[in-house]
Amino acid sequence: MSGKDHDHHDHSDLSETQLRVRALETVLTQKGYVDPAALDEIVEAYETRIGPRNGAAVVARAWCDPAFKKALLADASKAVATLGHVSRVGDHLVAVENTPKTHNIVVCTLCSCYPWEMLGLPPIWYKSAPYRSRTVKDPRGVLRDFGLSLAKDTEIRVWDSTAETRFIVLPMRPPGTENWSQERLAELVTRDSMIGTGLPKQPGAEI
Amino acid sequence: MGGMDGFGKVEPEPNEPPFHEPWEGRVMALSRAMGYAGAWHIDHARFAQERLPPQVYLTASYYQRWALAMETNVVERGLATAEELKSGHALAPGKALPRKFTPALVREGLKRGSFFRQQQAPPRFKVGDRVHTRNIHPTTHTRLPRYARGKFGIVELCHGCHMFPDAVAINRGDDPQWLYTVVFEGHELWGPDADPTLKVSIDAFEPYLEPA
Repeated sequence: MSGKDHDHHDHSDLSETQLRVRALETVLTQKGYVDPAALDEIVEAYETRIGPRNGAAVVARAWCDPAFKKALLADASKAVATLGHVSRVGDHLVAVENTPKTHNIVVCTLCSCYPWEMLGLPPIWYKSAPYRSRTVKDPRGVLRDFGLSLAKDTEIRVWDSTAETRFIVLPMRPPGTENWSQERLAELVTRDSMIGTGLPKQPGAEI
Repeated sequence: MGGMDGFGKVEPEPNEPPFHEPWEGRVMALSRAMGYAGAWHIDHARFAQERLPPQVYLTASYYQRWALAMETNVVERGLATAEELKSGHALAPGKALPRKFTPALVREGLKRGSFFRQQQAPPRFKVGDRVHTRNIHPTTHTRLPRYARGKFGIVELCHGCHMFPDAVAINRGDDPQWLYTVVFEGHELWGPDADPTLKVSIDAFEPYLEPA
């Protein structure tokens, strides 16, 4: 929906923010800096194509293919670039592996850095003050807000994305999924399991 | 805001849509398109947000902050005037920008750029080194979080040499610096009451670190 569509709309029901954003888009368009049709394409890309299925495909591949998993953990940017079907991630992706001993959680306390290419746009809670403030200090409390309780002796490793490196969690493969296809496994991989605030779905709960 | 208390529970929203209002999508797309055009760098966008008064920063939504930061950068970089933004109409032609995001570019244009830059010196630290983060409090943009200043940690990864946000945000060029993941024990950051199973890492540029 471009600003143009609304030129004849009654402005009285629009919020101050809507009006300001419309003014900004109109001025930047009239100045020749942006093309509203390109903005439409960008919005559509993030609404329809760039989302957590990209990351789920990578995780499922790592679960099925030990050589790929090894490459992913060694250099995620390079490993993911070899998969033609996911969107390009640039140079700075790092995959961190959950094990029975260690659970990883990703946060950005400074702004809201997030692996967009792997997971799409960040959810509101990821960008919220409660998540940004508490995760580095009280991660178990944050996990409780997600209904997740880990064993007392599990080491919790929080990755604060303070530079342009982007982190994706490689969760543990659920038991009872031996001989599953990569596509079927991908259905178990939730967005939150790749941030570290959730676990993959268990077999039988994938719908 | 790492380590601040009192913001309450994290509230996940089931089946959250990519955008809650159409204007949020416009702000996100405008920001991507202006970034692609070379109007400013992402660190300028972050620094403009950090300069918002705290009461505005904490009450504005994510995309509202983006919009406010974009207005700041548009005006500061002479790309439009405050008067134009207020009236909603351009009163003079735009400046020349390096490139323009066209609809056909949607795949290529959304590709994440590389932040690698040519090294100016060999890395000062190696994986396994014990380091101390500097106790610095610049009023300009920095990526060293307050909770991790003046702390002892261990270098765990070296990510190569990157452009340095602290310099980029104040128009001092790329100033390439080595970037490391530095990991801290929970008690080093939060004292004896910290969760004993907690380790936290940050990505730290070399100027943030000294040998320990």
